[in-house]
Amino acid sequence: MRVAILQFPGSNCDWDSEHAIRDVLGVSAHRVWHKARLPSETEAVIVPGGFSFGDYLRCGAIARFSPIMHDLKEFAERGGQVLGICNGFQILCESGLLPGALIRNDCLDFRCLNQNLTVENSNERFNQNTLGGSLVLPIAHGEGNFRADESVLSSLEENQQVLIRYDGNPNGSVNAIAGIRNSAGNVYGMMPHPERAVCSHHPCLDGLPVLKAFLEPLLGSIPVEVNSG
Amino acid sequence: MSQISSTSLPLNPDPVLNVEITDDLIERHGILPQEYQEILAMLGREPNLTELGIFSVMWSEHCAYKNTRKLLRLFPTEKKDKQAIGQVLVKAGEENAGVIDVGDGWGVAFKIESHNHPSAIEPFEGAATGVGGIVRDIFTMGARPILLTNSLRFGDLNDPHVKRLFRGVVSGISHYGNCLGIPNMGGDIYFDQCYEGNPLVNALCAGILRHEDIQKGAATGVGNPVYYVGPGTGRDGLGGASFASRELTAESTEDRPAVQKGDPFMEKLLLEACLEMMAIPGLVVGIQDMGAAGLTCSTCETASRGNSGIEIDLDSVPQRETGMNSYEIMLSESQERMLVIVQKGREKELEEVFEKWDLHAAHIGEVKQGDRMVVRHKGVVVADLPAKSLTDEAPVYDQPASEPAHVVKARNWSVESIPDISVKEIESGLKNLLNHPTIASKRWVWQQYDHMVMSGCKVEPGSDAGVVRLSIAEIDKYLAIANDCNNRFCNLDPYKGAQIAFVECMRNLACSGAKALAVTDNLNFGNPNKPEAYHMLKECVKGLADACAFFDVPVVGGNVSLYNEHGDGAIDPTPVVSMVGLIDNQEHVTKAHLEHAGLELILLGGWPTELGGSYYLQTQHAKKEGAVPEVSLENEKKVQDLLIGQIKEGRLVAAHDLSEGGLLVCLAEMLFGKNKIGVSVSIPANGRIDATLFGESQGRVIVAVSSSDSNAFISCSKTAGVQANFLGRTSDSGMMQIKMGEKVVLSTSIADLHSVWENAIPDCMESSRS
Repeated sequence: MRVAILQFPGSNCDWDSEHAIRDVLGVSAHRVWHKARLPSETEAVIVPGGFSFGDYLRCGAIARFSPIMHDLKEFAERGGQVLGICNGFQILCESGLLPGALIRNDCLDFRCLNQNLTVENSNERFNQNTLGGSLVLPIAHGEGNFRADESVLSSLEENQQVLIRYDGNPNGSVNAIAGIRNSAGNVYGMMPHPERAVCSHHPCLDGLPVLKAFLEPLLGSIPVEVNSG
Repeated sequence: MSQISSTSLPLNPDPVLNVEITDDLIERHGILPQEYQEILAMLGREPNLTELGIFSVMWSEHCAYKNTRKLLRLFPTEKKDKQAIGQVLVKAGEENAGVIDVGDGWGVAFKIESHNHPSAIEPFEGAATGVGGIVRDIFTMGARPILLTNSLRFGDLNDPHVKRLFRGVVSGISHYGNCLGIPNMGGDIYFDQCYEGNPLVNALCAGILRHEDIQKGAATGVGNPVYYVGPGTGRDGLGGASFASRELTAESTEDRPAVQKGDPFMEKLLLEACLEMMAIPGLVVGIQDMGAAGLTCSTCETASRGNSGIEIDLDSVPQRETGMNSYEIMLSESQERMLVIVQKGREKELEEVFEKWDLHAAHIGEVKQGDRMVVRHKGVVVADLPAKSLTDEAPVYDQPASEPAHVVKARNWSVESIPDISVKEIESGLKNLLNHPTIASKRWVWQQYDHMVMSGCKVEPGSDAGVVRLSIAEIDKYLAIANDCNNRFCNLDPYKGAQIAFVECMRNLACSGAKALAVTDNLNFGNPNKPEAYHMLKECVKGLADACAFFDVPVVGGNVSLYNEHGDGAIDPTPVVSMVGLIDNQEHVTKAHLEHAGLELILLGGWPTELGGSYYLQTQHAKKEGAVPEVSLENEKKVQDLLIGQIKEGRLVAAHDLSEGGLLVCLAEMLFGKNKIGVSVSIPANGRIDATLFGESQGRVIVAVSSSDSNAFISCSKTAGVQANFLGRTSDSGMMQIKMGEKVVLSTSIADLHSVWENAIPDCMESSRS
C-alpha cells in the first residue's frame, strides 16, 4: 500500500478519497483505522473529511488524541507526505501539524456548493502552472473559517504557504484562505474537496491536478493513468 | 373490573407497576374502552401498567395503522410485468423497508417516514431524529444508505413562528444527514396556510445492497441470543408513538419529553458497525431498529415475524439514567439503538465488531419456544404477552366517511367569477409566482445539505429529480428520486389530487431520463375519526392505488401520519409520493436548464386552459378554489414514454415539466441555468390569457432540441399520439419575450426574474435574523 487514508469514527469521505486515489488515479490506497498503526510501507497519508468523533467540542479536537496521530506526527516529521481535506484539515490544525484554526462559517450555516478558487504560486508542486490559475472544487462544511494570529498569518503569506484562496469568501476566512501547507512543504490542508471532482459525472475534474500535485513525490514524472469514466 | 386470573403476574418491586388500572389511566393511554375489553380477553387478566403502556404504543395508529390498514391493501405491492426491471424483492409491510431489484444483482431499499408532530414542538430535534429513524430502517435491511430527500410543508413563511420552524427543521436535517455523510438530494417544499402550527417533515432514505445480503427482522432459532446494540436508554421520547397519534393542541409543547434527541455521530457508528457485522456470513439471524415504541416494538415485532417467543431482561439493558422502571425502559424512544439476534455460539464475533466501534452490545435475552414476549426486571416478570396480540391482532377500523362541503363547492366554482389578467399585469403576475416560496429557488435549503458526499451526485438538487450514480456498487447506473404532492389539488379533489401527485412525480423522473420503478408514500392527513377527514384519506388512497396499478409501479412501503390538526382544523390532505427511477447511462441523464442559444423549444401536451387550484389563483386572487385539472393516465403515459424514448435517442437537450405556476414559470426555471440566455416564444391567442400562461393542466412538458433534430422529434411525437407544438427558440438576448398571436405580451430580463426567484427565500429568512 502506498497511500493510507485514515479512518476515524465519524470520517465520511474516506470511501470517496480511496475511490479517487485507487480507482481513478490507479495508486494503491487503503483505509487505516484510527486505533491501528500506520503501516511501515506508507508513502503518503490522506486525512479525509467527515465529522470525526461527531465534531463535538471542536472540529478535530478529539481526533488529535487518537492512537494513530502519534504515528502520523512521526511520519510527518520524517518528511512524509500528508494531505488533510476538510475535517482532515481541521484535525491537522488541531494537532499542530499545520498552523491556524478553523471556526464556524461567518454565515453560521453549513455550505455545500461548487466554489471558485484562485491558485497561488506556493511551491514547485502547487502553483499556477501545475494546477492552472483558477479551480472549481466542491466545498461542504460548517466550520471552514480559517483564522490565525497576525504573526502566523504574515509568515504564511511571506513563505508562500497559501495554496488556494476562495473567490467571494463563502465562510469568512482571513485573507480568503482555502488551503495551506507547512513550511517544510510536506503537510497540506484544504477545506475544498478535490476527491469530489475527479469523475466524468462530477461537476468538473479540477480535483485531479490537485491530487496529482500532492502525490507527485510518489509518482515522479511517470504520467498517471487516469480513469475518470 | 374483570376477575384477575390465576396467571396474574407477581407483585412488582416497583410500586408504580402495582397501581390499579383505572378508566382514566386507560383513556390517557389512548386505549378505547372496547379495546381494553379485547386486551382483557386476550390476557385473561388485567394488564399491569407496563403492559398497558406496551399495548398503547403498539396499538397506536403510528405502529398498528389501525385506521388505515384496510385502505393500504388497495395498493399494488408487486409488478404485474414479471420481466420488467424493478421487481419487488421485499414487499411493503414485510420488513423495515421495501427492496426492489435494479439489475446486476443489486437491490435498492427505500422508504419515507414522517416526523411531523415532534418537529412541530421541537423543529431541530424533531427533523434530525426523523432522518435518523429512516436511515436506520434502511441499513437494518443490510443496505448502505446512498441518498436522502425530504418532503417538507410549512405555513405562511412571513409568519415569524413559521420561519423559526423552517429554519429549525432545515438545520436539524442538515446537522444529522451531513454528519452521517449521506448525500441529501433535496426533495420538495410547499408553503401553505393550512400547515400553520402543524408542519410536515417527511424523510426518505434509499440504500443499495446485494440481493443475497437482504436482512430479515425476524427472531428465529430457539436459544439464539438477543442483543441490544447502540448507546444507552434514557427517558427521552417516552411514548412518542402514541404522542404522534394525537392531535396537536396549544398544550402540546408540554409534551417536549416525548420528543427524542438525536446524536448523528452515534448513528454513524451504529451504521458502520451494523454493516460490518452483517457482512460476516451467517452471523446475523434477525435485526430491527428501535424506532417508534423502542424496545417494545422491536421485541414483539421480531418475535411475531419469526413465529416464536422472546424473553428479555431489562437489568441487562444499557441505561444512561438511573432509577428507570420497566415502563420507562420499554417505552423509551432513545435514538440510535438496534435489536440484533445472532447465531448461538457466535456471540464473540458480534461483540468484537461493536467493541471496535466503541458501542454497547448487551446480551439482553433469548429467542424462546412458543409465542410470548416475556420481559423481566429486577428478577420479576413485568410483562408476559402473546407477541402477535400486539402486532397482527391489533384492532383494525373502518371509519365512516362523508364528502366535505368545500369539495362540492370547489367543483362548482367558475373561473368566470374572476377577471382575466391584463397584458400589463403579466410581468408582475409572473414575478409574484416566482416570489412565492413554494415556487422560488430552494437553494437556501439544499446548500445547507451535503449533496456531494459519497462522490455520486450527478444532478444537484433543484432540478426535476435528484440523480446519484451507483458508484458504491461500482456500476455505471444512475438512481433518480423525486417527491411530489400539491396539497391544493388534494384539498379540492382528493382522488384527482393524489393522482396528480403521482403523475407529476413520475413526469419529473421521465424529464430526467429515468424509468419509474416503485413508490414509497407518506400519507399525511387529519383525524380519521372525523368522517370528512376520513373521506379525504380514502379518496386519496384510491386515486394513488389506481395510478399505481395503471403504470405498474407498485408501492413498496411508506408511512401514515394522521391527526395532523392544529387550532382551526386539519391540514390539507397530503399524500406525498416519492418515486425511484433508474437511468441506464450517463448520457441519458437530462436536466431542466437551457444553456445555449439556438435551441428549439417544443411544448408537449397542448394548450388546455384550466385554472382551478392553481398557484396563480393564490398569488393573484388569494383563492384556493376551482375544479382540479383533468388527469388522463393514458395521455400521461404517452408523454412520458415519448420523453424517455427520445432521451435514449439522444434528441433531448433539456426537459422540464409544467407544474406549479404553469407555462411561464416552467420556461423561466429552464432559463435559470449558468448562462442566463434568452428565449423568444409564440403562443396562440385563444381563450383566457391567465389560464394559458399560468394554468396548471397536467401531462405537459417543455423540451429543448437542436434545430436539426426538431422535425424528427415532432414526427415521433405524432406517431406516439402526443400533441407537440413549436414554442420558440433560445437566444443570447438575456430576455424572455412572449408573443400571443402577433402581440408581444411580455418582454423582461431573465436576470431580473432570476433575482426574484433566487432571493425570495433568503430575503424572507434574512429579515428574521435580529
